[in-house]
Amino acid sequence: MANWIPLWLHKLGSPPTFYRFAGMLRPWAMALALLLGAVALYGGLVLAPADYQQGDAYRIIFIHVPSAEMSMFVYAVMGVASFIALVWRIKLAEVVAMESAPIGAAFTFITLVTGSLWGKPMWGTWWTWDARLTSELVLLFLFLGVIGLFHAFEDRRQGARAAAFLAIIGIINVPIVHFSVNWWNTLHQGSTVNIFGKSKMSWDMLWPLLTMMLATKFYYAASLFNRVRTDLLALEGGKDWVRKIAEDEADR
Amino acid sequence: MSALQTFFTVSGDAAAFLKMGGYAAYVWPAYAVFFIVLIADTVAPRVRRRRVLRELRARLARQQARQDRAGSNSTSTSPSL
Repeated sequence: MANWIPLWLHKLGSPPTFYRFAGMLRPWAMALALLLGAVALYGGLVLAPADYQQGDAYRIIFIHVPSAEMSMFVYAVMGVASFIALVWRIKLAEVVAMESAPIGAAFTFITLVTGSLWGKPMWGTWWTWDARLTSELVLLFLFLGVIGLFHAFEDRRQGARAAAFLAIIGIINVPIVHFSVNWWNTLHQGSTVNIFGKSKMSWDMLWPLLTMMLATKFYYAASLFNRVRTDLLALEGGKDWVRKIAEDEADR
Repeated sequence: MSALQTFFTVSGDAAAFLKMGGYAAYVWPAYAVFFIVLIADTVAPRVRRRRVLRELRARLARQQARQDRAGSNSTSTSPSL
């Protein structure tokens, strides 16, 4: 029936087409990320009132929660792309999975550091082996493990398959991170933002947080396009379309 | 309000803003880490892209040179033989 869908997908999956497609979308995604990010920062740092218990220290939430959410979101994307790469052997899915790993590691690192900077004044400690904190640290090690395994092989496609396998196994950790605050009695506070119910947060604080969550999504898209494009050039170095780009950019 | 007064009110507000209610030592480093890590994440693939294309051009130039040499050898040596 809808024969054009797989055809369209098939074309998009070809490296030169995706290279052009990603190059077209990347500036828009980055512009939206910067615009929404700036609005969210103004709302969060300037317009939102101080918290009645945590004072101004709570303002770390506007980067901590979006980064934490992205650490899980990027992992999920990496897991799905890894699955597609292993089952259907699609080169582009492999590249998307492997290039998501450093972005996910970056967001996980930000989450841990900002959480630590928030924990010191509120809990009196930089670190504690609480279920939420520990599972997030495991998530960082999973990202680093995927990156390490990918680069440990002489043949990069073999490395990508091994790393994709690790990524799929590690996906079990994502729900553990998410539900850790409900399953165990943690020092980490429970969730404040709830998509399906009422959030336990005033609108003045909630809208900058949601805006920043949207901004980080666009940032991820921009960063992923940027990384995938570069990796496709490295992967397809012998092909004519890459040679043409190399020659065109020599004049600049 | 005079311009001078406005200046001091604004800078007073800015100072209060920068103090973050006494939590400046935690809030600003957190934001700094966020931006530094994401900027590094954006710059790294651009640097890699330039390196990949430079290496590819060098490889193509070597191939071209080898072909030229092979071509000139065959034309210059064949008449003398």
